[in-house]
Amino acid sequence: MIELENRFDIATEFQAMAERVLEAAQAKGATAAELDLDKGMGLSVEVRMGQVDKLQYHRDQGINLTVYFGHRKGYASTGDFSPQALEDTLEAACRIARYTSEDDFNGLADADRMASYLPKLDLYHPWELDADRAIEMALQTEAVAREHDARITNSEGAGVDSYAGMSLYANSHGFMGINHATRHSLSCSVVAQDGASMQRDYWYSVSRVPGLLESADSVGAEAAQRTVRRLNARSLSTREAPVLFVPQMARGLVGQLISAISGSSQYRKASFLLNSLGQQAFPGFVQLREDPFIRQALGSRSYDAEGVATQARDIVKDGVIQDYFLGSYSARKLGMQSTGSASGATNLLLADTGVSFPGLLAAMGTGLMVTELIGNGINGITGDYSRGAVGYWVENGMIVHPVEEVTIAGNLKDMFKGIVAIGDDVDERGSIRTGSILIDKMTIAGQ
Amino acid sequence: MNSKQQAYDYAREAFFSPTGLSEQHLEQVFSQLLTQDTTLADLYFQSARYESWGLEESIIKSGSYSIEQGVGVRSVCGEQTGFAYSGEITLPALLESAKAARAITRAGQSGSVNAWKISAPQRQLYGMDDPLASLSEDDKISFLRQIDSIARAASPYVQQVMANMVAVHEIILVVDETGRMTADVRPLVRANVSVIVERNGQTESATAGGGGRFSLDFFTHGNKAQEYAEDAVRKALINLDAEAAPAGSMTVVLGNGWPGVLLHEAIGHGLEGDFNRKGTSAFAGRIGEQVAAKGITVVDDGTLEQRRGSLSVDDEGTQTQCTTLIEDGILKGYLFDRQNAALMGTQSTGNGRRQSYAHLPMPRMTNTYMRAGAYDPAEIIASVEKGIYAVNFSGGQVDITSGKFVFSASEAYQIENGKLGKPLKNATLIGNGPDVLTRVSMVGNDLQLDTGIGVCGKDGQSVPVGVGQPTLRIDGITVGGTATA
Repeated sequence: MIELENRFDIATEFQAMAERVLEAAQAKGATAAELDLDKGMGLSVEVRMGQVDKLQYHRDQGINLTVYFGHRKGYASTGDFSPQALEDTLEAACRIARYTSEDDFNGLADADRMASYLPKLDLYHPWELDADRAIEMALQTEAVAREHDARITNSEGAGVDSYAGMSLYANSHGFMGINHATRHSLSCSVVAQDGASMQRDYWYSVSRVPGLLESADSVGAEAAQRTVRRLNARSLSTREAPVLFVPQMARGLVGQLISAISGSSQYRKASFLLNSLGQQAFPGFVQLREDPFIRQALGSRSYDAEGVATQARDIVKDGVIQDYFLGSYSARKLGMQSTGSASGATNLLLADTGVSFPGLLAAMGTGLMVTELIGNGINGITGDYSRGAVGYWVENGMIVHPVEEVTIAGNLKDMFKGIVAIGDDVDERGSIRTGSILIDKMTIAGQ
Repeated sequence: MNSKQQAYDYAREAFFSPTGLSEQHLEQVFSQLLTQDTTLADLYFQSARYESWGLEESIIKSGSYSIEQGVGVRSVCGEQTGFAYSGEITLPALLESAKAARAITRAGQSGSVNAWKISAPQRQLYGMDDPLASLSEDDKISFLRQIDSIARAASPYVQQVMANMVAVHEIILVVDETGRMTADVRPLVRANVSVIVERNGQTESATAGGGGRFSLDFFTHGNKAQEYAEDAVRKALINLDAEAAPAGSMTVVLGNGWPGVLLHEAIGHGLEGDFNRKGTSAFAGRIGEQVAAKGITVVDDGTLEQRRGSLSVDDEGTQTQCTTLIEDGILKGYLFDRQNAALMGTQSTGNGRRQSYAHLPMPRMTNTYMRAGAYDPAEIIASVEKGIYAVNFSGGQVDITSGKFVFSASEAYQIENGKLGKPLKNATLIGNGPDVLTRVSMVGNDLQLDTGIGVCGKDGQSVPVGVGQPTLRIDGITVGGTATA
């Protein structure tokens, strides 16, 4: 079993270490200091073509330390917890702070914003799993995938991962929080061939709770189906058409929104949604909520990287942007309050518009359903969007053929306004939970 | 003192002196690690120190220093790999890692290493001095301030200047199952600038930078502050005037240097030995076939002095080399690490690389480039009736199984009747790796390597790389703009 043995002893040890380092920082003249300490261990098993391919044991630890001398800041980190290394790291952070500039916006988050109530988020569920059982499970997953269809001719393998970790955050306001969490996953990637066409695709399941993982049979079968259906894909002629992003790709669109309304993009004026609070960026039916407190969820967190309490809140209501994602630095720059987002967004939930996936296909009529995107052709400042796409050409609500070697292009501002419907086929695996998103029109470039 | 002994002395100083480890202890570790089924095994000791400084809004906003240190222990039996690592370099941690890594084989302990041989690169491609100490803190900061003031002076439209400087000093020691001990001391530096310009409510950005395996005075002696600042501002201003890129298949001329990212994505990844051993690459089993137009030669060269992608030895202790991937249009070879080479009955090409001690080595590129051809670049542009000229890219990605790759242009122009026209907005180019080079109709005489900013990601591991090419004309590649007219 992958578990942090004696994790309560480690927690006690971490607390003492954190207190010592914070005191030592103040003894060196720092006016404030904050740090995080992490420790984790994990097991990864990969099998390929019915044989064990890789067996890896992970064991990680690190400390990240920030010191403030008034409004000057220094940062240093190390993976070595010996007293000498901690001393050297503190010294390095202090040295750095001698050369950084005075910046009035620097400092710990305000003391009155520290999380005082830490709800139980139930994130720690070690897996009763040894290497042999993990191998067995991975072998089963891959076998199901390979036997699923005669056109599955090769495999990138199947894997089982289990990780258990703890992290402590403390600062010189006296805030200290400790978090224990696990993360387990099962994945499979196979290759299908039909004549000259060779395709690869994958599926995975991830959860903090082993019992909530999809079964080996289900992950293997899904990986196989997704791979086989891509065979004999072809390009399209260049055209404009509606585009349907399946949930895994729709997640990326939500991610682009978050990045555009995050504090650093706003204060740097590097956002296609600059000063967008209160603006109608989406059609009136779009509702996006952040909920940091979902038990067992991947994005759950009761305080952020500065100890600030996270909050459940509306991000987009009736299509209007309600709130940004701010840590204390960007909040001060913007004359606002931290939203408890110094570690980024927690769990995000995009409400569906009451339509099933087949309903979305029917609503699209004729257009491109996108199942994979490659490349980084997104300009966060202008919103210009142009990425390589893989998917299916749809006519009259029916899939006609798989598509590859096309790009889809548009501008994220127009794409957001052009959302027609959001499916109820929500992918619950990640911290961004959304169904498929149908967009009225994009440019598809092909042969 | 010769460099062989010098690198090893650095490694001893880093890994053995503070920990009390000795060669005798390594014998103990190997006898724990080896079995009769072991085909290769190694210990990878690493110590890396990173320092970075960041300027934003004309002040030094951030600085950081970190130490990454540890040892990775690997046991390979044919296709199977066992791996464990520890951030602690102590005998008990090594023995525990060895026991965990050995679990890949069911066979019992058998075998030992008791003769050690210090091996070293025949060529030392970079100096061993600590780049972090190669400039004073005041000079590092004044370099960043210089970038800021030059960029702001270059145009009244400049709104934001973000500049950073990073230096890394890394010491590695690879000890393998043959008793070979190979040390390498690696400097790596980089400086980047990113500017945001605004004119009449319209905002654009651009970046510039460079680096390599040398000391930080490369930047101050070479007046790089001015070069990077002016280059970033120039590109950002061009983007303010850019129009929507066209959509569809057309003739594209790629500039020299950094556009070589085409080769990295379209060709390089597909030729990595692991994918070809497994048969999952679109290039698998195609050695000897024509995959590019005649006259095209592409190499991966880890031996270029001081380049960002170069290594005196790779992360398995193998000498790097210049490997010909495509010669006169014919596919010649793959890139190998030790494990995949052994499984395919050949030798490592010195491309076994890893992000850190906590990651397994894999076949990875070093500096990948196309050799020069005969055409004057001006002649190439003049030959195009209607198309686009793309000179800068922001990166790319490939699906090695289907062979489809993309890369995104950050600076491009229309070509009409052989003349450069208006600048075009960010457009992604998409193509098929195994045939894109067959459509190259002209190769320039202006081979250039990039400025030293490339990072390659594979399986979650990042390593520094280089790319390069001469100006190229490709007859028909899909351009993913929005203008369909």
